[in-house]
Amino acid sequence: MEKHLFLAGHTACYGCGEALGARLVVDAAGPDIITTDATGCLEVFTTRWPQSAWGVPFIHSLFENSAAIASGVEAALKALGRQAEAKVIAQGGDGGTADIGLQALSGMFERGHDILYVCYDNEAYMNTGVQRSGLTPYDSDTRTSPAGKVSWGNRFLKKDMPAIAAAHGVPYIATATVAYPKDLEAKVKKALKITGPKYVQVHVPCPLGWKSDPALTVKVAKLAADTGLYPIFEMENGVITKVRKISKPQKPVAEYLKIQGRFAHLFKKTGGEEEIKKIQEIADANIKRYGLA
Amino acid sequence: MPKTFMEGSGAVAEAVRACRPNVIAAYPITPQTHITEELSRMVANGLIKAEYVTVESEHSAASVVLGASATGARTYTASSSQGIIYMAEVLFCISGMRLPVVLTCANRALSAPINIWNDQQDSISVRDAGWVQLYAEDVQEACDMHLQAYRIAEHPEVMLPVMVCMDGFVLTHAYEPVDLIEQAEADAFLPPYQPQYYLTPKNPLTFGAMLGPESYMEVRYQLDKALRDSAKIIEEVALEFQKKFGRFQGTLIDTYQVEGAEIVLVAMGSVVSTIKEAIDTLRKEGEKVGVLKVRSFRPFPKEEICEVLGGAKEVLVLDRAFSPGSGGVLTNEVRAAFCGRKPTPQIRGHIIGLGGREINVETIIGIIKNRAEVGREDKFVDLKEALIGG
Repeated sequence: MEKHLFLAGHTACYGCGEALGARLVVDAAGPDIITTDATGCLEVFTTRWPQSAWGVPFIHSLFENSAAIASGVEAALKALGRQAEAKVIAQGGDGGTADIGLQALSGMFERGHDILYVCYDNEAYMNTGVQRSGLTPYDSDTRTSPAGKVSWGNRFLKKDMPAIAAAHGVPYIATATVAYPKDLEAKVKKALKITGPKYVQVHVPCPLGWKSDPALTVKVAKLAADTGLYPIFEMENGVITKVRKISKPQKPVAEYLKIQGRFAHLFKKTGGEEEIKKIQEIADANIKRYGLA
Repeated sequence: MPKTFMEGSGAVAEAVRACRPNVIAAYPITPQTHITEELSRMVANGLIKAEYVTVESEHSAASVVLGASATGARTYTASSSQGIIYMAEVLFCISGMRLPVVLTCANRALSAPINIWNDQQDSISVRDAGWVQLYAEDVQEACDMHLQAYRIAEHPEVMLPVMVCMDGFVLTHAYEPVDLIEQAEADAFLPPYQPQYYLTPKNPLTFGAMLGPESYMEVRYQLDKALRDSAKIIEEVALEFQKKFGRFQGTLIDTYQVEGAEIVLVAMGSVVSTIKEAIDTLRKEGEKVGVLKVRSFRPFPKEEICEVLGGAKEVLVLDRAFSPGSGGVLTNEVRAAFCGRKPTPQIRGHIIGLGGREINVETIIGIIKNRAEVGREDKFVDLKEALIGG
């Protein structure tokens, strides 16, 4: 059996994209790291005492302070002359990163700490039972943005976290997906070679929250990237340096939406076609903005 | 070395410097600022070799020292008022993770109404956070307490954070003659921090795991036990400090004129000095009055307090913080300590000096003279009836 630093035996759901993402990140980074994590699924399914899935040093304390804890870890390594000992990786889910943890993350970026921040984006508060977050996509049906007689689900667009990171002058920013593990691993390795703050946002499907087949996690993730709804790119010193092109011929977003229960209302209710058209416009805008075609 | 006449905040910063913290993180809030500004200046001038992290909030200040402490660093932070309340969530984590962080609380009132002046509602409101809480009477004690705080916090049998509480403005901004601690003396008293467990790839441990109903309670029990047991270490460290530095400000408590006293006042912080002056005046008039200073509010020294107060006829507790709908916090705790004991003195509670309301010698003498007016309910001293309305 292949030896992982993120160990099997944790309690994540079948087909959990976040567990896959964390394993890829930690394995790519190697043993000489110290990791922090925000409260959320990842912390809950990996650290139920007396077991731990972490083969690397790991610390969790609260929901909103993963970036601040990591700042403290990094400052301590510096102060104690132990910088060569470990790289610091801060982790959080989309809520812990883009909502409640945004202030601490902004501080970490602005102060220029030598930390790789990884956001596992499963597009809602999954640990608490699927409530919308700032990274929940448009029209997604969640427990706090339910589709109903007069609602199409979540009314807001995903918060543009890479742009927020870029506005802080973060030298390396990337999006990735568990659909393309080699790409994700390469980005983690590259990021860790750069001194200063780094931001990598990984798209991690959640079969429970997305109401998708746990066997299709990778397929769902692939379609998100291939339709242009989840643009995969690298940004270095404020400039897009690399993108993953979408498949040709271009796949309509409906292919991605229809295999997920969180978008089922779009295919059932009158007027759903109009909504799907709006989502296609979001994908088309991404394709244009990042040059994905 | 001659005494140095300086501001309380500067003197505390000197004491913190002598403790050689590796990582300092703080967010500005009045009246804490002079301490952290002074430490920044020391870092900027190479007088202290520390990473100073200028965080974006108190929540992150506490989080940074949590992360740094877990990595094996000696850490320091300071705050006041809303800052303490804002970092409260993290304070519980720091103690729960058994990290020996030292924090100065420059005591200040809480909003609303917003008020930047001194009382002790901030630190008292986080009394259940699982920290050792020490209250300083004057600037010298505040300085000395920091050196003692690290010794207590990092003691292998304690491993708990310590909050050094000093009254905002009254101590932080007051100029007093102080004996500064020389570096060599500090080093001899406080050796470098040697953590048993810390974040390192050499031994990849998981910190901050999730515990269920089968084990959570035991960990909370251990926290309580460690905090209670720290009483012995607080005492030992104060006595060792006295031996090395020749200064003594009390162990868990301190007393003044309590021998044969019929009336004993109980208080924490700078008001104790004012009470001592009032006692000197009243003793000349033949009043048998003394004061018990609670130096350690957590752990709460029930036995020591009851032993001193047990001989008095009347006890007057002065609170700089209260629990709305219940009463003075210190008063309640002193009353609870006596519950079921005989003899129990008559205990009266007084809520004083909220939001910086002046407390002078006359205030204290008034409290003593008018004590018979106070019944079972605590009295808000010097209330302005005209402002309360009908």
